[in-house]
Amino acid sequence: MTTDVVIVGAGPAGMAAAIELRALGLSVLVADEQPAPGGQVWRGVERNNATRLAGALGTDYARGEALVRRFRDCGADYRPETQVWQVEEGWKVFLNQGGKASVATARAVLLATGAQERPVPFEGWTLPGVMTVGAAQIMLKSGGFMPQGPVWLRGAGPLPLLYAQQILALGGRIDGIIDTSAPANRAQALRHLPRALRDWRSLAKGARWMRELRRSGIRMVKGVSEVRAEGDERLTHVTWVEDGQPQRAPAALLLTHEGVIPSVHATLSLGCAHDWNAGQRYLAPRLDTWGETTRGGLFVAGDGAGIGGVDAAVARGGLAALGIARRLGDEVDGDKRAAFEADLSRALATRPFLDALYPAPEGRIPDGLMVCRCEEVTAGRIREAAREGAPDPNQVKAATRAGMGPCQGRQCGYTVSRLIAEEHGIEAGHAGFFNIRPPLKPITLGALAALELPEEAE
Amino acid sequence: MFKSVLDGAERGPAVTVMVEGQEVEAWEDETVASLLLRHFGTARLTPVSQSPRAPYCMMGVCFDCLAVIDGKWSTQSCLEPVRAGMSIERQNGAREVEQ
Ligand code: FES
Repeated sequence: MTTDVVIVGAGPAGMAAAIELRALGLSVLVADEQPAPGGQVWRGVERNNATRLAGALGTDYARGEALVRRFRDCGADYRPETQVWQVEEGWKVFLNQGGKASVATARAVLLATGAQERPVPFEGWTLPGVMTVGAAQIMLKSGGFMPQGPVWLRGAGPLPLLYAQQILALGGRIDGIIDTSAPANRAQALRHLPRALRDWRSLAKGARWMRELRRSGIRMVKGVSEVRAEGDERLTHVTWVEDGQPQRAPAALLLTHEGVIPSVHATLSLGCAHDWNAGQRYLAPRLDTWGETTRGGLFVAGDGAGIGGVDAAVARGGLAALGIARRLGDEVDGDKRAAFEADLSRALATRPFLDALYPAPEGRIPDGLMVCRCEEVTAGRIREAAREGAPDPNQVKAATRAGMGPCQGRQCGYTVSRLIAEEHGIEAGHAGFFNIRPPLKPITLGALAALELPEEAE
Repeated sequence: MFKSVLDGAERGPAVTVMVEGQEVEAWEDETVASLLLRHFGTARLTPVSQSPRAPYCMMGVCFDCLAVIDGKWSTQSCLEPVRAGMSIERQNGAREVEQ
C-alpha cells in the first residue's frame, strides 16, 4: 500500500503528529505494537478511565484519553498489534501484523517509538521476581494487577515515586524503597531550579509524592551500596550494605528503575547521525528543529528524540507533522509552529534539573556481573575481550556473543560500550555502539511468505 | 506476584486459554506475559545455562518473555494479548526456532 506518511508508534508523539498531518490533508498510516493507542504512558487509558484505576493513576494519565479520541477520529489508517521489522530509504516500512508481513510505501516516515528503561545490571537482576518499575506499571495499566508482597523498589527517578504513589492510592503495599541516587546530585540539580520553576506545577507534584511517601510508613533506604537480588530459582531476598553493615529483607518482587533512554535501534540501523548525551549517557539522533534526521524524509518525535516526557512528546509530534508537510511541499503555518515550540520549551524546562538530579549511574561494575542477559556474558568476559582488541563493540560482540541474542543489545549495548571505554581509557560514548542490522524485530519465514513486494523492489 | 484490584464489570470478559495442557482463565485485557507471570512466575529457561527467566520489561525490549504460542516459538509474549482458545507453553532452552 502507498501513503503520504508512515508513523511508527501510537503514543503521544505519534498520535499528535497523525492528527496534525490529517488536518493538513495528508494520508497517514500508523503502526503500533500495542492493542490500543496511548503508548506506554497512556496505555489502556480508554478502558481504565471507566474503572477505579482512573483516580489512582492520576490526572496526567486520565487526560490522555482526549488525545486518543482525537486520534481515533482523525482518519489515519491505524494498525494496532503491528510490528515494524524493517525501514528502508525510499521509503518502505515493513510491517508484521498478525504473523503476516507486508510493506507500506511512503513519502516520509516518522519514528515515534519512544523510550525504554535504562538497563543497569546489578547482582541478581535476571532472577524471576526482579522486573522493572515500568513493567510493573504496565501490569497495573493492563488489568489492574497489583504487586504482591513483600514488594521492594530500587533505583532513582520520578517513575518509582509515581508508581509507589499509585499503588498506595489503590490500597496496595510497598515494603521498601532503596534510593540509589547519589545525595551529591541534589546540589548540582539546585543550580537548574530557576529554569525548572517555569514548570512549577510538575515540581510541586514531585514534592507532594515525596511527602506522601514519607508519611506512608514505607521503609526508605538511602545512601547504600551493593544492592542485590538473592534467591535460587527465584527472588527471595533483597540485600544491601548500609553504614558498612549488611542488611537483608524478604522480597517476592524487586522492581528496578534507573531512568529512561531513547530507543535508537531504527535510526542507528539507517545510519542517521547521533549525538552522545554525556550526563544521561545515551545516544539520540541528530535532528533539526522539525525533528528531521540526517536522512532526508526520516523524522523522529517523542522520547526517541531525547527524553522530554509526555508534553514534550506531543509538542514534538506536532512540530514533526509541520516539518513533514513542509518537506512534502506545503507551507507552514507560522502561528502553529510558534505554539508547538512554546509548548516544547515549557515542557523541557524541568529537564536540566531532573537530568542533574538523576544522572546515569556510574558505580563500578563487578567482573562477575551478568551484563548480556540473552547470551549470559559477564562484565569480566567483556573486559577481557575489550583488552584484547580495538575499542570496538562489534569486535567484543564477535568475541563474546554479547549483544548477539534476540534483544540485539537493547539491554547490554550501553554497558558493553562503557566497559570498553573504561578498559581503553577513552571517554564514555567514544567507544560507539553495536552495528544494528536488520531485521529490527525478529520475523519468521511463515510471516515473510505473505509479503508482496512492490514491483520496483523486486 | 500480582493480583488484580478489578472485579465484576470493571474487569471485562474472561477468556479460557490452554497453558501447558491445562485450561486457565485469563482475561481479555492482559498479555500472555502477564498470564505467565501470574501463573508460573516465569516464562522461559535460557538457552545458555537453562536458568529460569521471567518477563522483565513488559514492553518488547528484553526478550525474556519468549514463549511458545499456538506452536510458534520465540514469540514475545508481552506483545501478545490473550485470546480465547490460545495454546501457551513456556519456552525451554531453544535459541532461535524459525517456523
Ligand atoms: S517482557 Fe521484555 S520483551 Fe517481553
